[in-house]
Amino acid sequence: MKWLSDDKLNYLRTVVTNPDFGSTKYTFIKELGRGGMGTVYLAEDRELNRLVAIKVLNTPDITEDLRNRMVREAQIIARLEHPGIVPVHDVGTLPDGRVFYAMKFVRGSRLDEYAAVNDSIRDRLRKFQAVCDAVAFAHSHGVIHRDLKPQNIMIGSFGEVLVLDWGVAKILRHGDGEMGRHGDYPPVPASPHLRVSFDTNAGTIIGTRDYMSPEQARGEIDQLDERADVYSLGAVLHFLLKDQPKPGRAAEAICLKAKADAKENRYSSASELSADIGRLLDAEPVSAYRENAIEKASRWVSKNRFLVLLVLAYLLMRIFFVFTSRP
Amino acid sequence: MSKPLIGVILGAILGVIDGLTAWFTPAVRDQLGGIVIGSTLKGIIAGIAIGFFAKKFHSLPIGIVFGLLVGAFLAWLVAFMQGGYYFEIILPGTLVGLIVGFATQKYGNTPAAANS
Repeated sequence: MKWLSDDKLNYLRTVVTNPDFGSTKYTFIKELGRGGMGTVYLAEDRELNRLVAIKVLNTPDITEDLRNRMVREAQIIARLEHPGIVPVHDVGTLPDGRVFYAMKFVRGSRLDEYAAVNDSIRDRLRKFQAVCDAVAFAHSHGVIHRDLKPQNIMIGSFGEVLVLDWGVAKILRHGDGEMGRHGDYPPVPASPHLRVSFDTNAGTIIGTRDYMSPEQARGEIDQLDERADVYSLGAVLHFLLKDQPKPGRAAEAICLKAKADAKENRYSSASELSADIGRLLDAEPVSAYRENAIEKASRWVSKNRFLVLLVLAYLLMRIFFVFTSRP
Repeated sequence: MSKPLIGVILGAILGVIDGLTAWFTPAVRDQLGGIVIGSTLKGIIAGIAIGFFAKKFHSLPIGIVFGLLVGAFLAWLVAFMQGGYYFEIILPGTLVGLIVGFATQKYGNTPAAANS
């Protein structure tokens, strides 16, 4: 009897474990990430000669229901055509019956990795605003993400911001574009941090604990709307601000308003939150914080620093002349 | 607020401050009213010229240089008519032009480009 070497055993294990893309136009390269139900692989599109990320369902027992869910997820993302939402290129079925969809392969780092090496509050706020804009776009199409967190946000090599993992997204209504039928698309989770259930009946908890709204944590699926994502965005903002020595009262107030326990007290939409972040970046008053006269003056001075310096220089020069021209 | 209006307001305010500083010079204190009116007018004229320039040309460095030149020229004119105090008049006048030049480029409404 001849024993197989470890290398050969590993190879055989890989062949058995990894999906067979043989019947497709993709060539398997490596595994990128594995979640509760789905695994994302790096593959090469042989026709277009480019790298793609392919998401394949893990479950070996493929039912019609599972297949439909995966296709729906692909359809949700495919119809959200926005620079801040990772585009879906293709959807198909593997020889073993599992559904897969191919997405743009995003080169870059996750928001948490980006924040670890970039401590500029302005840069972080700009990226956060781009996330809000992408989420606002999805909301305008009647889709809520339900699992926004730094690990699901990618910063590309050129600074572009992409919201990933729409596996537990929910369709609230028909948006600007036609999005299929009304109702809740059952989730197809992909992140290892998810606490999910396939059924989205009342009482089911979907999302990630630290980033989910109180109503989401209570499993009040029917109560979820855009403001659940606003809460998660607030939690993402909190993550971006927590290591800043002086984030500023206005930034903290925005964070608190977005993360309010009662959804009635939050921003009514992601675009409203984005607008407040824009005002913060432009040194303008934000809706979440009522500033006093001193803060107002200090904000104006900081915004018009150069003009203030010029006027001060002028006044100093006048004072100088007053004293030097005295007999 | 339009750029020429910003120029006029800022020019007038700085012109008034400019004129009032004459109070500290006892020799000309009795002519304070005339000096304030004169320097205010000078500031307004500079503000109008610089404001209209900013309306036409949108460039911070060019706007500042233009303001500086207008301020210096008007101040030189005043000093020339007075026959003295060149340094004391031209330096503040130039700085006023610089400030107005900066402010009119940075602030105020830019008219929308007309569709062709």
